Amino acid sequence: MSITIDARGFSCPQPVLMFMEAVKSGNEKEIIVLVDTDASKENVSRAAESKKYSVTDIRQQGDEYQINIVKD
Amino acid sequence: MTKNFFAGRWGIICVGAVIGVFAGILQKMGNPGNMGICVACFERDIAGALGFHRAGVVQYIRPEIIGFVTGSLIAALSFKEFKPRCGSAPIVRFVLGVFAMIGALVFLGCPWRALLRLAGGDGNAIIGLLGLATGIWIGVLFLKNGYTLGRSQATHKSVGLVFPLIMLGLLCLIFLYPQVAGENKSGVLFYSLKGPGAMHAPLFISLVIGLLIGFAAQRSRFCTMGAFRDLFLFGHIHLLTGLISLVLFAFVTNLVLGQFNPGFEGQPVAHAMHVWNFAGMVLAGLAFALAGGCPGRQLFLSGEGDGDAAVFVLGMIAGAAIAHNFGLASSPKGIGPHGIAAVAVGLIVCLFIGFTMRKNIKGV
Repeated sequence: MSITIDARGFSCPQPVLMFMEAVKSGNEKEIIVLVDTDASKENVSRAAESKKYSVTDIRQQGDEYQINIVKD
Repeated sequence: MTKNFFAGRWGIICVGAVIGVFAGILQKMGNPGNMGICVACFERDIAGALGFHRAGVVQYIRPEIIGFVTGSLIAALSFKEFKPRCGSAPIVRFVLGVFAMIGALVFLGCPWRALLRLAGGDGNAIIGLLGLATGIWIGVLFLKNGYTLGRSQATHKSVGLVFPLIMLGLLCLIFLYPQVAGENKSGVLFYSLKGPGAMHAPLFISLVIGLLIGFAAQRSRFCTMGAFRDLFLFGHIHLLTGLISLVLFAFVTNLVLGQFNPGFEGQPVAHAMHVWNFAGMVLAGLAFALAGGCPGRQLFLSGEGDGDAAVFVLGMIAGAAIAHNFGLASSPKGIGPHGIAAVAVGLIVCLFIGFTMRKNIKGV
């Protein structure tokens, strides 16, 4: 199962909180997070690694980033 | 994509060190005691220089603030991180800025200065930092319960440039109306003849150091509020390492420059009323946490195009004017005549904002 979190427009620490909520609530193997600032991209990636998830891909689309995260 | 060195562990440690060392140097070059850098105090001085308040001892356009915003703008433009955005509850951010400043002026310093006061031996800073951590912890409880300011929207480039341009305007005013020895006014600007406002490093040095710190802090996302928040919320210590680095390097710099004087009484631009040092910083910490950044971070965000952060900064400047006009700000003699009432009102307002702005409310 995969889930997409739209954290665009939210500032720190909202995107990380939304990611953590998804980690807590589910058995999703893949979590896709959409963000629109570099700080959010770094914070979400750092949070993923601390929760034993891996960032497999970060795709830039215009001013936005799509972060693909999978459970280790 | 090149990896951002500053966003890593060593990057944030370096930035903390740079701020700590430069703060000590700025103090040596003329800035007030344990106030090499203080975002709240410096914004308060700017409010005074513009005549928004008439406290004669704290009036000076601080070039460091101009440097912070401009340095961040340069970094953001260089690394394609300039992202103009706004529209996330600006009026709430303004009010949070007002009360953040009032809380900081009851303690006499922003979180940066609390750290610098600690590094200079001022024991009262420990009480202030405990208050700051408590305020942020309360903010974290709200965050855990769904508190949110809502989404911002991408907007025109010019919107993101408005605040940096205001800073440029202030710089123009300094050159148009430079300080005249022995005069408390030059053109439209007020200049302190005594007190902290009269103590400052040479303009050019303040500006260049401000630019360097602004550049590095934008790259690293250095944030003192975030340091505590991430620790309480996620157990993350990334930002905290930068904060610890700041204290250690400022401490060593103070030792080398002979600026370390341990004690509680008679510390520069400080008072020893523990309850109000604590309570002032509880209010400031809560307001920073609800607004998503310490005063320094809000300046750096403003530089990278965040119009909401800029509104928070304007709130802080308005808050400084209110604090001095209404007798809310403390002085080395102790708290102002209405400081206690202001802290109480501020806490009530912050709690109201925290309890009512939840994501389960319709339309958010």
